[in-house]
Amino acid sequence: MNIEVNAIFQIAGIGIIIAMIHTVLKQMGKEDMAHWVTLIGFVVVLFMVVRLLDDLLKEIKSIFLFQ
Amino acid sequence: MEIIQVVGLGIIATVLILIVKEQKPLFAFLLALATSLLIFLFLIGKIGNVISMLEDLAENSGVQIIYLKTVLKIIGIAYIAEMGAQIVRDAGQESIASKIELAGKVLILVLAVPIIGIIIETVLKLLPA
Repeated sequence: MNIEVNAIFQIAGIGIIIAMIHTVLKQMGKEDMAHWVTLIGFVVVLFMVVRLLDDLLKEIKSIFLFQ
Repeated sequence: MEIIQVVGLGIIATVLILIVKEQKPLFAFLLALATSLLIFLFLIGKIGNVISMLEDLAENSGVQIIYLKTVLKIIGIAYIAEMGAQIVRDAGQESIASKIELAGKVLILVLAVPIIGIIIETVLKLLPA
């Protein structure tokens, strides 16, 4: 459980940092860049979450569904 | 005392979600998803122990393996469907959540059909001709 909890903090940290970068870029007047940054951050976090989901579904499959 | 770990993880994740939600609701949703996945992942090992004990018990008492398999599959479908529906409901999509639940119910029913057939056959055998 110890290693995996890091993922929570990583996701929260990425979220806060992305929000900061978004604000800064917006202040500089680069609206479209800010949106791209948000999108890329979202994709990175999505990858982490999807890997977790994959682990979980594999576990459930091996325990409940005998595959 | 693993329950303390789980509760602590939940509280910390909730605080983080509240912080992130103001800036980026999308990240808050992903954070909630990751938290629930982690807790589930932590629980699934424990559930596995219980299930293996159940398997031993069924083997010793001579229950046909097909029944236990079906029941376990139904439990697995129920867990997955419930988790998915709750996550989607958290994101505010009530209609998709109810469709996921409907899909879970239908799939469980499909799995249960052979057992229902066996029950009906047994009852018919018991009835006098």
